[in-house]
Amino acid sequence: MMNKSIAILQKNWPLLQTAFLEHIQISFFSVVIGIIISVPLGILLTRLPRLAKRVMAVMGILQTVPSMVMFGLLLPVTGIGKPTAVIVLTVYSILPILRNTYTGITEVSPGYIEAATGMGMNSLQTLFRVELPLALPVIVTGIRLSSVYIISWATVAAIIGGGGLGDVIYTGLDRYNHTVVLMGAIPASLLAIATSFVIGRLARLAIPRGLRREGNA
Amino acid sequence: MLELIQRAAVHLLISLSGVVLATVIGVVIGVILTRVPKLAGPVIGIVEVLQTIPSLAMLSILLVFFGLGNMTAVMAIFFYSLLPIVRNTYTGILALEPALLEAGRGMGMSSLQILFQVELPNAIPVIVSGLRISLITAYGIVTISVLVGGGGLGRYVYRGIQMADMAMLFTGAIPICLMAFLTDLLLNRLEQKLLHR
Amino acid sequence: MVTFDNVTKSFSGHTVISDLSLEIPRGQFTVLIGPSGCGKTTSLKMINRLIEPSKGSIFVDGQNITKVSPVDLRRQIGYVIQQIGLFPNMTIEQNIEVVPRLLKWPKEKRHQRTRELLEMVGMDPKEYLGRYPSELSGGQQQRIGVLRALAVAPPLILMDEPFGALDPITRESLQDEVKKLQTSLGITVVFVTHDIDEAVKLADRIILMKDGEIVQNAPPETLLAHPANDYVREFIGKKRMKANYDVDLVREIMNPRVVTTTRDKGFAESINLMRKRNVDSLVVLDKEGRLEGVVTVENLRAVAGKQHIAQIGEVEMKSVPTISMNAQAREAFDTLITEKLPFLLVVDSKDRVKGLVSKTSLVKALAGVVWRDDEDDE
Repeated sequence: MMNKSIAILQKNWPLLQTAFLEHIQISFFSVVIGIIISVPLGILLTRLPRLAKRVMAVMGILQTVPSMVMFGLLLPVTGIGKPTAVIVLTVYSILPILRNTYTGITEVSPGYIEAATGMGMNSLQTLFRVELPLALPVIVTGIRLSSVYIISWATVAAIIGGGGLGDVIYTGLDRYNHTVVLMGAIPASLLAIATSFVIGRLARLAIPRGLRREGNA
Repeated sequence: MLELIQRAAVHLLISLSGVVLATVIGVVIGVILTRVPKLAGPVIGIVEVLQTIPSLAMLSILLVFFGLGNMTAVMAIFFYSLLPIVRNTYTGILALEPALLEAGRGMGMSSLQILFQVELPNAIPVIVSGLRISLITAYGIVTISVLVGGGGLGRYVYRGIQMADMAMLFTGAIPICLMAFLTDLLLNRLEQKLLHR
Repeated sequence: MVTFDNVTKSFSGHTVISDLSLEIPRGQFTVLIGPSGCGKTTSLKMINRLIEPSKGSIFVDGQNITKVSPVDLRRQIGYVIQQIGLFPNMTIEQNIEVVPRLLKWPKEKRHQRTRELLEMVGMDPKEYLGRYPSELSGGQQQRIGVLRALAVAPPLILMDEPFGALDPITRESLQDEVKKLQTSLGITVVFVTHDIDEAVKLADRIILMKDGEIVQNAPPETLLAHPANDYVREFIGKKRMKANYDVDLVREIMNPRVVTTTRDKGFAESINLMRKRNVDSLVVLDKEGRLEGVVTVENLRAVAGKQHIAQIGEVEMKSVPTISMNAQAREAFDTLITEKLPFLLVVDSKDRVKGLVSKTSLVKALAGVVWRDDEDDE
């Protein structure tokens, strides 16, 4: 059993490597595009509080749609393949980052904003020197959540030809071969756990010492 | 039609089984953590890592232990739901006003009485919030569990994607989205009601 | 310096300030005081256009402030906010340099100014520049808040209840510092508070407000000696010490208003302080608020005229007995009576002076017990 597993692993090693890289690639692009869209959008929404409520409500509903359903729904629009995968994953990655950018900024204590305004900062200066730095920990948490979700959903993307580690799992399930299934599942899990950990660490480095909560240090 | 109703029922049943199991065990773990604060960090850490595992990967790993079928989905849901429920129970109880506990103690309640008459009732809104998140996640997992031989509405979605049959896809997708939407709505309401009692 | 010309402000139909005309004199310390909702903070915030008047105009230095862009106006006016003024994401240095940066001062000039400011209040730049606000005590944070407002040496500074959240001793020492800075730099300060003791201590001029109108505008001495009406009289009187009844701990009966000084205070200044506060001794504290000793009027008299003494630190100090603030009140009274002491200093666990117990405290506590029913009715 053991020997057989090792043999399968050896035989599929190059395949696994490709799938792994592909998985990272798809997830990375989706999250980066997600950040580029959602951070500015989140900032914009803090300036339009009335619209923000509605957008957040719609986003909340969108987030309850299961990933597999979402992939299926977009299939007729964008067809089978990686572009569809990246589009769907990007849509998903937007939600947590957008929400955290928005709440992160709106939760900045009004006292700081008053101090900034009172000292003569204009609204852009207040945004970049006070609001964004103070909201940064919350925004980074959103990016971390988003990345973990995306790595997860990217495995499901295999059913619409998205490639990645989901492909390996899928192949294993098809052949009812546990070794192959785990060859996809374990690296995917480790990738998600490691990403979460690394972004968590990076976030701590990026956050100024003054904002780190005690006990977490 | 009968098949659709049956599948919807199964979908709901699998989700509920996993979430209910997680609620029972999660609340107990959460309460234990409030009594043994030293354990809180590590235990919540482990439960957090569990939730980080991609859903399809979790299903696949559990498949090795539980085989093809609904049991694998129930277990996956169980593991995913632990985090929101354990964490919310724990923080819900910790966030209680010390004055409330003191009042309870001052009136001569035993620590079990305080738990059931003061701490848990006051933590319920937060626990319900955990339940809502868990249930909605569960519908998604059951959908995917079709890949590991699970039942429920995922069969329609999966077949719809495979055969590019939109009608088939919607047969599954609409009830799933409806369930998620209603769950969100109802439990949100319940949460608000409990909060403003 | 600042002129309010028939200014009215209403928020959604509700009038907060009605037809306010007011002249705030240059180089003086003006305190706006009144109960919450009297319009004192609104008036202050209209000066730097955080709030715009509904009617009327405001002039700063003869210029109508609506003719200046609010951003430029604010950069020329120092602003100290309640409690959380410092940006937690910036170091002390960055916090002080906010306005200099906005005004695009060269790096050299900024750095030099920041160091100068810290030294002015006796904080070592090397130690504090790189720290974050969360690493400072509340008192130190607010001290930096004041320095930040002084950064570009503005002729006018607005302060919105800056010391409200501080403990009495820290508050007292910050008040001293601010008053000293204001006199030595000759700047105009407009200060909002609801604490009459603070107002009397700091102000050259007190403006007592009620329901958006000025009730009395006078120097503190006049306000205390000739209250304009019953409202003023009541406002002044409200702060009377409340007697505590079921007393058993020193902290409950001590008088927290100890007249304190530090070693670096001037000789003449200290004599002045004693005269003003009507005391015959000063408690000398170090930077952390710990007890160094007591200087009495006899100590001062002994050295006056004989040698040149500039700072209090050079005068011989007397050591005095202390008692923990958590000790039994009875113990304090016993010590007072058996040792025939004028007073006992009350310290916390870190030897910081928190108050004093004298025979007066004893009498007050006793009176509280004897006449508790009468007092309760009041």
